[in-house]
Amino acid sequence: MNSDVLLEVKDLVKKFDDDTILDGINLSVHQGEVVVVLGPSGCGKSTLLRCINGLEPIQGGGVYLDGVTIDPGAKNISEMRQKVGMVFQSYDLFPHLTIMENITLAPRKVAGRSKEDAEAEARQLLERVSLLDKQDVYPRQLSGGQKQRVAIVRALCMHPEVMLFDEVTAALDPEMVREVLDVMLGLAAGGMTMVIVTHELSFARAIADRVIFIDGGRIVEEAPPKQFFTAPRTKRAQEFLNTFTFEDKDSQDS
Amino acid sequence: MQDLGISILFKGTNFLRLLGGLWTTVKISLIAVLISLPLGIILGLLMTSNSKFIKAVCRVYLDFIRIMPQLVLLFLVYFGATRTFGVNLSAFTSAVIVFVMWGTAEMGDLVRSALISIPKHQYDSAAALGMNSRQTFRYVILPQTVRRLLPPSINLITRMIKTTSLVVLIGMVEVLKVAQQIIDANRFEYPTASLWIYGVIFLLYFLICWPISLLSRALEKRWAD
Amino acid sequence: MDLEFIHKYAPLYVEAAGLTARIAFFGIVFSLIVGVLCGFIRHFKVPVLQRIVGAYIELSRNTPLLVQLFFLYYGLPKLGIMLSSEQCAVAGLTFLGGSYMCESIRSGLDSIEPIQTESAYSLGFTPVQTMRYILFPQALAVSVPAITANMIFLIKETSVVSAIALADLMFVAKDLIGLYYQTDEALLMLVISYLILLLPISIISSLVERRLRYAGFGN
Repeated sequence: MNSDVLLEVKDLVKKFDDDTILDGINLSVHQGEVVVVLGPSGCGKSTLLRCINGLEPIQGGGVYLDGVTIDPGAKNISEMRQKVGMVFQSYDLFPHLTIMENITLAPRKVAGRSKEDAEAEARQLLERVSLLDKQDVYPRQLSGGQKQRVAIVRALCMHPEVMLFDEVTAALDPEMVREVLDVMLGLAAGGMTMVIVTHELSFARAIADRVIFIDGGRIVEEAPPKQFFTAPRTKRAQEFLNTFTFEDKDSQDS
Repeated sequence: MQDLGISILFKGTNFLRLLGGLWTTVKISLIAVLISLPLGIILGLLMTSNSKFIKAVCRVYLDFIRIMPQLVLLFLVYFGATRTFGVNLSAFTSAVIVFVMWGTAEMGDLVRSALISIPKHQYDSAAALGMNSRQTFRYVILPQTVRRLLPPSINLITRMIKTTSLVVLIGMVEVLKVAQQIIDANRFEYPTASLWIYGVIFLLYFLICWPISLLSRALEKRWAD
Repeated sequence: MDLEFIHKYAPLYVEAAGLTARIAFFGIVFSLIVGVLCGFIRHFKVPVLQRIVGAYIELSRNTPLLVQLFFLYYGLPKLGIMLSSEQCAVAGLTFLGGSYMCESIRSGLDSIEPIQTESAYSLGFTPVQTMRYILFPQALAVSVPAITANMIFLIKETSVVSAIALADLMFVAKDLIGLYYQTDEALLMLVISYLILLLPISIISSLVERRLRYAGFGN
């Protein structure tokens, strides 16, 4: 199984001043695997994604893609980041560029592809997320769900080897969550390697090959989704899952 | 005695004379600010009134004052008033009139933009709590307006002090004029006098304006929403 | 109103307006260059340099242009630095305008959410590419109203250059008043000249500001 490890996090330590956010994280993600990271807010799960993409300097351990270190201080960091796609919680489209320009800017300027080539692929991807008619509008004219779908397309157009999703539906109105999650389900079905931080538990259950539960900067539990959601081994995971469930009014009264 | 040029400052009453000259412009600034403050508040309130006519008149006044260089305004009043109205205004009076006109316009615009920057829902929530319009203004709108208004108003003082340096160009004896006199009188004894004297005036202006700017910025930071 | 007088001396004003415009033009161009450089230094908090730029901004914003000009024109020659009147005027205007432009550019850069930089990095943009394609265009759009306001401010400020013996509009007006006592005519032409110089920019800037404020990108 070790032969097809794509992304590896080894003994990762991340501190902000004296606060230890991540305290020795070990994680291997295999080619085509979908890993969902769960945990209470402030547990460090978003920081983990940012470290994987080299957006944060780290204080110990390392992150490796295909065996090559991702180090924000290294010369090859731009190259490494091209291989890791990321979608953020807040809408991060570039407001001064049209949807088409948002998607094709990096392929053209960073990857050096031709305009025709980049636009052809962008159109194909936009078609897949049903937004082809929006290619010439600006981000502010899109709904939150549409923006996130474009953000996913923008990352895909760089042909990343792995995609990171940082609570991409957390800022969305409830009725728009589904359209974004459907796109992600489609990606998973197509064999994309993904690391997903989310609070949508039923979605996590549907998409994950493996669930990682983080608390206090450490991986507390690691299990297949079915086992994690039905029979969590650790007390902290049980408590975490309980915060999402409410009892019926009738049973409370009795 | 090239390297002792700075000693000209301590010769006789030179330094005091410079300070006296500086006081002339600062005095004009302070008088102008004190008069512009109430007038500007009135102008600002008028500009938020519902009458289109009043608004238009205020707008024209504001735009004309703000688009003209202050020196042009000084010329208009100092040279123009004598001829047009037959009154002979001293340079000092002209300067006060011009800087009051200018200060009122600037202050009026500050008041106006502070008033319109209060979001509408502030009025709505005050009304929802059962306040009448006077109570709303007194307890909700006014305190917020003052907070938005005070930092730029204090900043207006430094702008005023800097701008009043122009009065030398209509022949007033202020710090730059005094400097010229000192430099001319010591032409041979202190050949580098102009470097030192103008350098010192530069610093003096800085020492007056900088603390006021800092105060304005500190208040702005403290009250930032 | 003496129309003949106006007709006779209008060419003097045209010439003087040309001088005012030329000084303002170079002053504004150099101010923008200084402003962009200093704005970047302030935004990115470049060590040491940001202190120097900070001190420059305080000095420049808390002293009158007239005093800066007197120092440049009468003081500097004593240090062996000789500048012509016009060079002094442009240098003074740049010293003053650079700090105003710097603050406008910096606040434009500061207004951009950090997520913009991060998402550019996550797509593989280098810091230089991120600045060029993502941050600078957005910052400029935010800064434009302040920059045009600065331009108007700088054109107005050129009115003091007569103090260092430049034959600008103020100089001509004062000359005519002194020589012929045709005060009304001289002042009228003065006001009209400045209106011609300033009104178009003022109107354009308020149009641009309205567009940016109410529309932004893509409306």
